[in-house]
Amino acid sequence: MHHLELQGLTLAYGKAGAAVQDLHLAVAQGELVSLLGPSGCGKTTTMRAVAGLLTPLAGRIVLAGQDITRVPANRRDIGLVFQSYALFPHLSAFENVAFGLRLRKVPAAELRERVTEALRSVGLEDFASRLPANLSGGQQQRVALARAIVLRPRLLLLDEPLSNLDAKLRVEMRAELRRLQRQLGITMLYVTHDQDEALSLSDRIVVMRAGRIEQCGTPEEVWHRPATAFVASFMGCDNLFDAAAGLPLAWPAGATHLAWRPQAVPVRAAGESGLPGTVLARSYLGEHVEYLVQTAHGKLKGSAPASAPPWLEGAAVSVGLDAAAAAVIPPAPRT
Amino acid sequence: MNRLSRGALLVLVLALTFLVGPFVVIFLAGFSGGESLKFPPESYSWCWVRHVLEVEAFQRSLVTSLWVGFGSTFGALALGVPVAYALSRFQVPGREWVRTALTLPLVVPGIIVGLALLNHMVLLYNLPVTASLLVGHTALLLPYTVRVVSSSLANLRLDIDDAAVTLGATRLQAFFKVVLPNIRAGVAAAFVLAFITSFNQVPVSLFLTGPGVSTLPIEMMAYMETSYDPSIAALSTLLVVFTIVLVAVTEKVLGISKYV
Repeated sequence: MHHLELQGLTLAYGKAGAAVQDLHLAVAQGELVSLLGPSGCGKTTTMRAVAGLLTPLAGRIVLAGQDITRVPANRRDIGLVFQSYALFPHLSAFENVAFGLRLRKVPAAELRERVTEALRSVGLEDFASRLPANLSGGQQQRVALARAIVLRPRLLLLDEPLSNLDAKLRVEMRAELRRLQRQLGITMLYVTHDQDEALSLSDRIVVMRAGRIEQCGTPEEVWHRPATAFVASFMGCDNLFDAAAGLPLAWPAGATHLAWRPQAVPVRAAGESGLPGTVLARSYLGEHVEYLVQTAHGKLKGSAPASAPPWLEGAAVSVGLDAAAAAVIPPAPRT
Repeated sequence: MNRLSRGALLVLVLALTFLVGPFVVIFLAGFSGGESLKFPPESYSWCWVRHVLEVEAFQRSLVTSLWVGFGSTFGALALGVPVAYALSRFQVPGREWVRTALTLPLVVPGIIVGLALLNHMVLLYNLPVTASLLVGHTALLLPYTVRVVSSSLANLRLDIDDAAVTLGATRLQAFFKVVLPNIRAGVAAAFVLAFITSFNQVPVSLFLTGPGVSTLPIEMMAYMETSYDPSIAALSTLLVVFTIVLVAVTEKVLGISKYV
């Protein structure tokens, strides 16, 4: 049986049209599922509804077999880590973490033990007495996490928890979140707009667009077999063509689009096999060089190893488009 | 430091003279030893300061003023804090109308407010004088409390009460345990500002005071009409010192000036 089920969830903010339409999603116990999509796709709205901060227009939210659609937020037993951390500025790290336990009238000795344990699990036991204003962004993030997990929630929601951290810290926190999630066996719903984050963290990724699910699958599936043109381009396939583009290659049967990442499109010297074109721009990325090339079929993004001779803007090159290297987009399943 | 031009310096001196000058005159006159209000006084003594503390009418009206001041301040806070919270937190229909309505008492002359309250509350409902003073002052102070508390709420990230709710608090608990402690300074600023406004209020009180019941500023005006001795100057000095001490202490303790 599924731990969390969203059945036909329809959500809206204010008088605007539906922000999320007829959303179905099932999450297994202990699974980490990411809601991935550009801003405004409805991922945060969905999460707020699961937390109980937003009442659905239609549909049901089922947690551990119990319909919680009408259960108030404070009795759902669902943890939420906010993008802004939302720490209480007037309380120390210890008291922030203790907040939920105090509301539950947990005895003092047990409270102290659980708070200390939670702070230790995020590596902050030495910072217990600090106010949030005296903690760094990464430390505040950890306090917010400890504050949620100390209550042993049935489900933990994370709303872009790493987006306010610098790049290096973000990668570290990713690994730590994953470790913590495994260690506690906690079910997580993780909202992000960052595909790298979703790929590296998730058991499953739900790609959303304009309030609907575009694709739901493992990171490998979403990366290698995008279900729609939107997913392909969101996952970094900058070269996207439909059958009408008339590419000079054997078009696979049943494909509506073919999509290539720049890394899958080799740029070679003019005269070698491929589409002839002219370099419009180049950017050096260390391991390889990315080229924007104008061809008869439009602009293409390709790449060449950094060791290859550099082609400057205006140089004539040849771009290899190989159907075997492309992601094949099947016809849309829904009608 | 940049040097002020001569013209700017003149303006500065004039401004300070007109701002501080009257206080100096009142202050010195209050410690006069003579029988009539005169500046500069011919001799100095504490006798008028001691005298005003013994005048029974002043004592009675001071008590009324304190009652009305504290009562209406608490009333305006009890009404104003929820209004400010609702305006900042929720999509209240007609929010802009409420905001506009709340600024009106700040621009409508107090005389008109006083007359309106007299006409529609005291005469119509036969409300006792103290009660009408309380209601009138509460209405008068409400815009101040809403504005000051609003500006302190604007500095607060408002997802912290959502956070409290997901941790198990009811909306009410979230407000008292998380929101209120973080706008403490703003509420204190609103308290001081409202209290001083009520305490010094003349035009509205003028209409609402009746026989036997009067606030201190009204009593002082009445006294001035009949006697011209330095006791009013002495009393004013005491009030100015009281106000300055009140503001200075709260500023020192809570740093309230950024909300006013």
